[in-house]
Amino acid sequence: MEVSLFDLRTGQKAIIMGLKGGGMFRKKLASLNIRVGKTIRKITAQPLRGPVVIEIDNTEATIGMNMAKKIVVESLGAE
Amino acid sequence: MKILLMGNPNVGKSAIFSRLTGVDVMISNYPGTTIELKKGKVKLDDRLVEVIDVPGTYTLEPTSKAEEVAVRMLEVGGVVVNVVDATNLERNLYLTLQLLERNIPVIVVLNFWDEIRHLGIQIDAKKLEAHLNVPVVPAVAVTAEGIKKLVSRLPEARAHANKYSEEARWSEIGKITREVQKVTLKKHTFLEKLEDLSVKPLTGIPITLSILAFVFWLVRFVGENLIAYLFDPLFELYLPAVTGLSNVLGGSGIIHDVLVGTLIEGKIDFVQSMGLLTTGLYVPFAMVLPYVFAFYLALGVLEDSGYLPRLATLVDAVLHKLGMHGLAIIPMLLGFGCNVPGALSTRILETKRQRFIAATLMAIAIPCMAQTAMVFVLLGPYGIKGFGIYFVTLFIVWLALGFLLNKVLKGETPETFMEIPPYRIPYLGSLAKKLWMRIRSFLTEAIPFVLLGVLIVNVLYVLGIIDWISEAAAPVIVGVLGLPKEAVASLIVGFLRKDVAVGMLLPLGLDMGQLIVASVVLTMYFPCVATFVVLFKELGAMDLIKATAIMIVSALLAGGILNALSDLVSKA
Ligand SMILES: Nc1nc2c(ncn2[C@@H]2O[C@H](COP(=O)(O)OP(=O)(O)OP(=O)(O)O)[C@@H](O)[C@H]2O)c(=O)[nH]1
Ligand SMILES: [Mg+2]
Repeated sequence: MEVSLFDLRTGQKAIIMGLKGGGMFRKKLASLNIRVGKTIRKITAQPLRGPVVIEIDNTEATIGMNMAKKIVVESLGAE
Repeated sequence: MKILLMGNPNVGKSAIFSRLTGVDVMISNYPGTTIELKKGKVKLDDRLVEVIDVPGTYTLEPTSKAEEVAVRMLEVGGVVVNVVDATNLERNLYLTLQLLERNIPVIVVLNFWDEIRHLGIQIDAKKLEAHLNVPVVPAVAVTAEGIKKLVSRLPEARAHANKYSEEARWSEIGKITREVQKVTLKKHTFLEKLEDLSVKPLTGIPITLSILAFVFWLVRFVGENLIAYLFDPLFELYLPAVTGLSNVLGGSGIIHDVLVGTLIEGKIDFVQSMGLLTTGLYVPFAMVLPYVFAFYLALGVLEDSGYLPRLATLVDAVLHKLGMHGLAIIPMLLGFGCNVPGALSTRILETKRQRFIAATLMAIAIPCMAQTAMVFVLLGPYGIKGFGIYFVTLFIVWLALGFLLNKVLKGETPETFMEIPPYRIPYLGSLAKKLWMRIRSFLTEAIPFVLLGVLIVNVLYVLGIIDWISEAAAPVIVGVLGLPKEAVASLIVGFLRKDVAVGMLLPLGLDMGQLIVASVVLTMYFPCVATFVVLFKELGAMDLIKATAIMIVSALLAGGILNALSDLVSKA
């Protein structure tokens, strides 16, 4: 089932299915290799409308809440 | 010819730069450590060649200030040493392929060669070299492995003018990584578990609070003990020498007062005498340096471990309410050491509005170590109640002012998007070097100002200017802040050095309430000149005038309110 990265449950791995934004948005994400087809793991989301933290390759990335809402993923379940 | 070190942020460019040139630069485990171009020289077959450490960039499409700088450097020309993080090959190759479209000679350094093994990654460097058709040198910048090889292969750097569309670039990268890299499943290490725990709010917030409390305790513990067991005994040994000088000079007169200062009850008092050879040396060496040392020791560990981007993530939501990114916590932390590097590092924030808010808040509410050390002396005797109120007041000011500025200033804060590097065990050698760089810059930059400050105090007293200003400023100082009018002298010196200024409050015999008011006002009303100059360069004249107005108004407000409260408490 496809959900946004924001809605994805913490601790789950997921494949990125789509990026709902313009060219700049995609380029920004691509700079940390966040692209359609990549596998990520959601580590946590901060309270008070804070950012989401994911693991991608061998780094982690902090992604603002609204950006996370525009990243569509399909869950692969917990690790 | 020039050598340009280019690559993604935090891939070890500065570490390689420092190995190549022998020039000391800041190296820390977070993206955005290098904020301006750094130049040095390397010897290549008896020729000295210029090497430039370029701020990190993910792409060559100029979308931010840092990337613009990088792209402009390319137009100057030279040889590009493209530093690549071998643990994140795929992502790093994007910039590499872009560089290979620019018709400029490129050589690739596969840095972090030491880390790939325990991550279960195998990279065939020869194959990568064949694919890219430029030299590829594996390296470990922190141990200098591969640096000689890099230098010897520099002449082999090759230029290409490939043409790719964005799509084609990624598919080429996919092909290359599949062929040169093998990833086997790895076990989760303790550090990786700790990485998760320290960004999850439930565990991350207690971890953060413990770290902050520990750093605070460490700074006081190390600072106090260095003073008691090292610096005070040293100055005891030095005392007979200045006492001798004082006797030779006859115990008074202008020259005596400038060099030795005024005698307190017939004796030299290193804190209060205000002579160049007494207070002028004692304040920077025996009162401030021990704390500066302790603080930078702790900061170095926080920087090199990779903790700071995690702290930035935890505080991001709160800092957004103050008009900044979580990353703004870095200038704030640096500011606790010295406001000058703090102001400079606001450059890691991408919008002008954020930089203005961050720089203003830092200059107003973050006391540098010189100031904190003196506040410990002043308020230490009252225990946590004394300096507790001081720090809590500044924290409230920081929050309230940030909240206000975010409401009043036009514009928005873009969302946070940043990389968090893995935790790394800091190298002792790197920690020691960084600590020494910072101590050295404290000694060379602060001490002249301390001496100048002490000299100016003397001159102003002799000329009677301080008396004159005290009279003029009395309504505010006495009426609003509840301080004796002599405190004005300290406020004047505070423009130059906060440590000397705070020290000048000692002889005034203030009570706890007054000491707190004076310390808070001294911290807030104006940054020291050195910071002021940097703020001028970073913000420009208009914004600096705005910031200064905010400082003075908020200092008077906070001081006035504290004074009123302390009156209430003492009457009750
Ligand atoms: N283990 C290991 N650590 C390294 C290596 N190279 C650099 N580091 C560490 O990686 C971190 C980043 O190094 P820097 O030299 O500051 O990186 P940079 O590319 O200049 O970073 P920015 O200036 O932020 O773009 C530091 O903590 C270094 O000590 C390496 O080969 N192996
Ligand atoms: Mg650097």
